[in-house]
Amino acid sequence: MITKRIIPCLDVKNGRVVKGVNFLDVKDVSSPIALAEFYSSCGADELVFYDITASYEERSLFTDILRQTAERVFIPLTVGGGIHSTDDFDRVLKCGADKVSVNSGAIANPNLIYQAAKKYGDQCVVLSVDIKRVNGVFHVFNKGGREDTGMEAIEWIKRGVSNGAGEIVVNSIDTDGVKKGFDLEMLEAVCKAVNVPVIASGGAGCIEDFVTLFHELPSVDAGLAASIFHFGEVDIKELKQRLAAEAIHVRL
Amino acid sequence: MIAVIDYGVGNLFSLQSSFHAIGAEVTVTSDPHIIASAERILLPGVGAFSDAARKLRESGLDRVILKEVAEGKPLLGICLGMQMLFEKSYEYGEHTGLGLIPGRIQPIRSVIPQDLKIPHIGWNPLHLQTPKDPLFRYVNEGDCVYFVHSFYAADCEPYIIATAEYGTELTAAVRNKNVWGAQFHPEKSGAVGLSMLKAFCET
Repeated sequence: MITKRIIPCLDVKNGRVVKGVNFLDVKDVSSPIALAEFYSSCGADELVFYDITASYEERSLFTDILRQTAERVFIPLTVGGGIHSTDDFDRVLKCGADKVSVNSGAIANPNLIYQAAKKYGDQCVVLSVDIKRVNGVFHVFNKGGREDTGMEAIEWIKRGVSNGAGEIVVNSIDTDGVKKGFDLEMLEAVCKAVNVPVIASGGAGCIEDFVTLFHELPSVDAGLAASIFHFGEVDIKELKQRLAAEAIHVRL
Repeated sequence: MIAVIDYGVGNLFSLQSSFHAIGAEVTVTSDPHIIASAERILLPGVGAFSDAARKLRESGLDRVILKEVAEGKPLLGICLGMQMLFEKSYEYGEHTGLGLIPGRIQPIRSVIPQDLKIPHIGWNPLHLQTPKDPLFRYVNEGDCVYFVHSFYAADCEPYIIATAEYGTELTAAVRNKNVWGAQFHPEKSGAVGLSMLKAFCET
C-alpha cells in the first residue's frame, strides 16, 4: 500500500536557505545541500526547493545548488518559484528536479500547465495554490498571498487537473503560520473535487497535527511544512514513527 | 563500466549521479561501440511508450541492445525502460517493444478500484516474489521504493520477481535470465534504490 509522504520545504535565496535554521548535527545550517542531505537521512520522502530569488544571476546560482543536491540526495526533488514557461521547466529538470511546481506562472499563463504536461508528462507538473477564504468562499491568491485574484479555488484546481496537473499543493493562507493544524475543511473540499494526489501545506505546529490530518482525511497523500522542521520543533524521524504507531502507512 | 543508453528520452542526470554515488563507472551514451564495450547496460526512460519505442528503433539502438543481451550482457530497464522490454504496450494504441520479456503493458486504471488515484505515485513497499534474486541481495521484504507510473506490466507472472500493492498486486520488478526490469526508480529510492543498483553492478 502506498505510504503517506512527509515533505520539508526549503526556501532558497542567494544560494542559502532562508528562515533561520537550527540544527546541532548540521554544520552549515543555511546550506541547502547540507540540509537536504540531513532531511533525506532523517527519512524525508521528498524535498521541495523553492527559489525565491529575483534576478537572472541568482537563478543560475539556484540551479547550481540544485545540481549539487541532486548529485547527493536520491529522493524526489520538486522545484518551485520563478516557473513561468516550459523553458523554466527545462532549466530545472536538467539539473535534477523530478517535478516542477507552478503557482503564479499558471495564473499569468493558464496554458502553462497544459504545455508542460504535454512535454514532460502529468507526473511532472505540480499545481501549487495559495488559498484564503473571502466571505466564506475559497479564493486563489497571487504574489505570495498578497493579491486576491477573485478566482474560486476549487474551480481553478479542477481546471488545472484537467489541463494536466499531476499533483496539487494546497497552501491555506488562513492557517499558515498559526500552527494550530492543517486546514481540514479546505483540504477536504479539494480532495472531493479531484482524483490526483493532494499535498497539505500550512498550519502544522506539532506531530499531532499530522496524525489528525491523515486520520481525518485519508485521501490526503502528503504533509508539507517548512519552519517546524527547520527549527527542530518536529523531528521527521519521530514524526514518522508516531504515524506508524497510529497505523498510518509511512516509509520508515 | 555501465552504459546508460541515451536515446533522447528523459533526463539522465540523477541516474548518472546515483551510479557515481555507489562508486560505479558510468557512461551516458548512444554510441554502439561504447555499449558493446560496456559490462552492463541500463535502459532508462520516462514519457510516452510510442515515442520512446520509435526513438529506440530510429537510432538503431534496439538492435544494439538485442545483440548485446543475446550475448549474455546484463541489462536493467528502469520505469519506461522496463516497459520497453516487453512484447507489446497498449498505452494509447498498440505498440511493439523489444520483446525480451513475454507480457504486455496496460493501463493501471483497468485493474484497480475507481477511487484510487492515477498515476500510482509515491513510496510503496516491495513484496519480493524471488527474494534470492541477485538484484535483491541488499533488499528486505517490505522495503519502500519510489514509483511514478500509470501503466504496468501484465501477463508476465513467470518473470515477476517483486510486486507492490495498489488496489491489486502491480508488477514492480521482473527478470528473464540476464534481463532485469524495475518499474520504480532506484535512483530516487534512497539507500534501498542505490543498493539495488550496486547489486546490479555485481551481477
